[in-house]
Amino acid sequence: MNRITLRVDGIPLQVDAGISVAAAVAHVHTGPRRSCSGQPRAPFCGMGVCFECRVRIDGVAQQRACLVVVRDGMEVVTDA
Amino acid sequence: MNVRGSCYDLIVVGAGIVGTACAEAASGEGLRVAVVEPAAIGGGATAAAMGHLVAMDDDPAELALSRYSLRCWDEYASLPAAEFSRCGTLWVAGNDEECAAIGRRVGRLAAAGIHAETLDATTLYEAEPALAPGLAGGMLVPAEAVVYPPRMARHLLAQAQTRGAHLFAGRRVVALHADGATLDDGERLHGPVLVATGCATPTLLPQLPLRGRKGHLVITDRYPGLLRHQVLELGYAASAHGSESSSVAFNVQPRPTGQILIGSSREFDADDDGVSRPLLRRMLARAFHFMPALRELQALRVWTGQRPTSLDGRPYLGAVGDSGRLWVAAGHEGLGVTTALGSARLMVDLILGRAPAIDSTPFAPARVMA
Amino acid sequence: MLEHCHYDVLVVGAGPGGLAAACTVATHGKRVALVDMQPRPGGQVWRHDIAHGAPRAARRAIARAAAGVELLAGTQVVDAEHGTLRLERGDDTFDVSYGALILATGARELLLPFPGWTLPGVSGAGGLQALAKQGFPVAGKRVLVAGSGPLLLATAVTLRRHGAQLLGIVEQAPHAQVMRFARGLWRWPARATQALQLQAQLMGVPRFDGHCVVAAHGRDALEAVELEDADGQRRRIGCDLLGTGYGLLPNVELAALLGCALEPEGAQQRVRVDAWQRTSIDGIYAVGEACGIGGLHSARLEGAIAAHVACGRPQRTQALLRRRDHARRFAATLAQTFALQPRVRRLADPDTLICRCEDVPLAALDGFTDARAAKLATRCGMGACQGRICGAVLAELGRFPRGGGRPPLFPARLATLAAVSESREPLSGVQP
Repeated sequence: MNRITLRVDGIPLQVDAGISVAAAVAHVHTGPRRSCSGQPRAPFCGMGVCFECRVRIDGVAQQRACLVVVRDGMEVVTDA
Repeated sequence: MNVRGSCYDLIVVGAGIVGTACAEAASGEGLRVAVVEPAAIGGGATAAAMGHLVAMDDDPAELALSRYSLRCWDEYASLPAAEFSRCGTLWVAGNDEECAAIGRRVGRLAAAGIHAETLDATTLYEAEPALAPGLAGGMLVPAEAVVYPPRMARHLLAQAQTRGAHLFAGRRVVALHADGATLDDGERLHGPVLVATGCATPTLLPQLPLRGRKGHLVITDRYPGLLRHQVLELGYAASAHGSESSSVAFNVQPRPTGQILIGSSREFDADDDGVSRPLLRRMLARAFHFMPALRELQALRVWTGQRPTSLDGRPYLGAVGDSGRLWVAAGHEGLGVTTALGSARLMVDLILGRAPAIDSTPFAPARVMA
Repeated sequence: MLEHCHYDVLVVGAGPGGLAAACTVATHGKRVALVDMQPRPGGQVWRHDIAHGAPRAARRAIARAAAGVELLAGTQVVDAEHGTLRLERGDDTFDVSYGALILATGARELLLPFPGWTLPGVSGAGGLQALAKQGFPVAGKRVLVAGSGPLLLATAVTLRRHGAQLLGIVEQAPHAQVMRFARGLWRWPARATQALQLQAQLMGVPRFDGHCVVAAHGRDALEAVELEDADGQRRRIGCDLLGTGYGLLPNVELAALLGCALEPEGAQQRVRVDAWQRTSIDGIYAVGEACGIGGLHSARLEGAIAAHVACGRPQRTQALLRRRDHARRFAATLAQTFALQPRVRRLADPDTLICRCEDVPLAALDGFTDARAAKLATRCGMGACQGRICGAVLAELGRFPRGGGRPPLFPARLATLAAVSESREPLSGVQP
């Protein structure tokens, strides 16, 4: 399987091509998002409905990580 | 059914921000208050509003009322339910003409006791870096704030209730009579009546002309730090007080949550609550013109509301007729939240036969009832 | 830049029902597009597995669609107005008008709250399956699958194939009820075969029928769950991941925005359709889970039925209607077997968060009888999920029905909402 490299919070990460950003982030953080009251949160519904997995992707905030496939050179920023 | 009914010193009809403020102020004077509300507390224009506490300087009477009311709001600055955030108001000049007029506006506000500062291009972008390049200047009113009106309405009502006010929840006033009001379940309440039902006021008081002026708002996801002040274009007043059938103006607000509230539109003769896509597009295009960074933000929700608008744009505050038993506080257009607390104190002074702290004649309903 | 295109038939949702609908439309020689927010077609049940591909039926359906259907994947419907849907794909905005619209918007999981359900490591059951299929690391993790319904078995199989250490499958329905259902499966031979295959793949995995997960524990992430049996006896199980879901509920938001009539589906809602899948709005059809949880087979049949009717060939539906009714009867049996026990609606404590977007606890919602008043006072339902999670929860808990939706249908870029069509004129060859 092809491997690609992206960065999660500045950490370079090699992952299989075709996986979701949510999956890639899980290699780095257990609770990548902070809720509005500061609790750690992680992907929950897995299908783009709950918005718990939101991250910043290539400078665009509030993207659902479970709906986006990783790309080589992608910059992902979480709350963790 | 209680046919004999109950006696009150004041029956407030409507539990929006104005009605609940009146109930709070009246109960604070020791009056026995009833509040009648068929739907959610603060669920009408109060819920649809931005909650921007702002002094508009183009009408001296309105400015006096706003200033008076803004002082009242200061008492709630640390109340959690108010979600009070003193972000200040930043007025942006869209053209040289508006820029040239800033000095006069600063002066008018100063004369009313409101501190405002002129910003040149440098200080403008320091204050709000996300503004589009090429703007010449603006005016900052640092002490102005934003609040969350529906929770504030609930708080004001709860205050009144702790002082004995009685809420007739889910009840509607179907008729007014010389000595009170009749509810939809037939119950009669006795006592002076204060109508504060916003756009619905003509249902009970057909002698007071009032039109709904529809507005749209958009709320975004959380982007803390992107926007710091409530930012409006100086041309906003032209949109707010003009009489065009529809208009839009740049008006954005940072919520304490980090969300951004984007307005504003004004539209007469649009009674439905549907979102007009053409107007929404115009409104957003106006916002992008002043703040291009907004384009990439995620919109969570769009909603509409109706501003209760009198013939001359000023609210009706005072006695209806000369019986001394029928009162109105309605028709605040876009300033209902700003002026609710001041309106309430003015109303209670009038009801108790005291001289109000500001001149009430410009607001007297009699002006349109000749 | 905004493009405006027109299709004879537009299908929303590229799961089994939507694929069947789009492919059937294509056989009638009509111009058809299939829109789905996921990056690849297949929907939830046919979701592509990064390591193991998709089931053969899915591959066949997707290959068939590749021929005559314009597939708009990774594309979200964000608004609907006057026979036009506004679509967003990345930075692009499209307005798509249609002669007929087929809604195959599927279902989502019913995710019910319990203490600790917001901890990282706790997810939906189908949610965990979907995540694992997209490469979410589960290998070597101690995993418990819990909730209700056959989705739990499918989830467990996926997780096992991805190397998870399965600690058990927790089914809230009583054991006797599950066994009775299994004994009746002979009436649906294909389902019986499938069930046997699942069982074979789950050999050695402990089964906890009549149990339910009542709490998840952990500091910053899941460390253990608390399991309760039918007699109220509790035990603690250390684990890394918990996938828990209590069945499915129809995605009706687009139908509602379009003004289609809805009807109750238990405490939730579904799109009202007639035997030909027609909604209350002329030219709009709904198929599959959106009009009531019916499963893969009825969805495919309904997709085909709607497509024939939309293309003016209702006579082609004769045989399909009978098979569809049979498939729907199976779904009714499933629903009966896995009906929720009252206790699963009582798991939340007063301080359990109900609205996960705005962190609103259950206690804050006491005394409210409608969604709007509760929202105005507590922010419940104001967040990014637009009440999809908490609205379903509050309806299921018997508090109040979900409030009316506001555009956009999903959070969307402001630029998408602001985009102006360059030409509102329909393209050539288009019906008015």
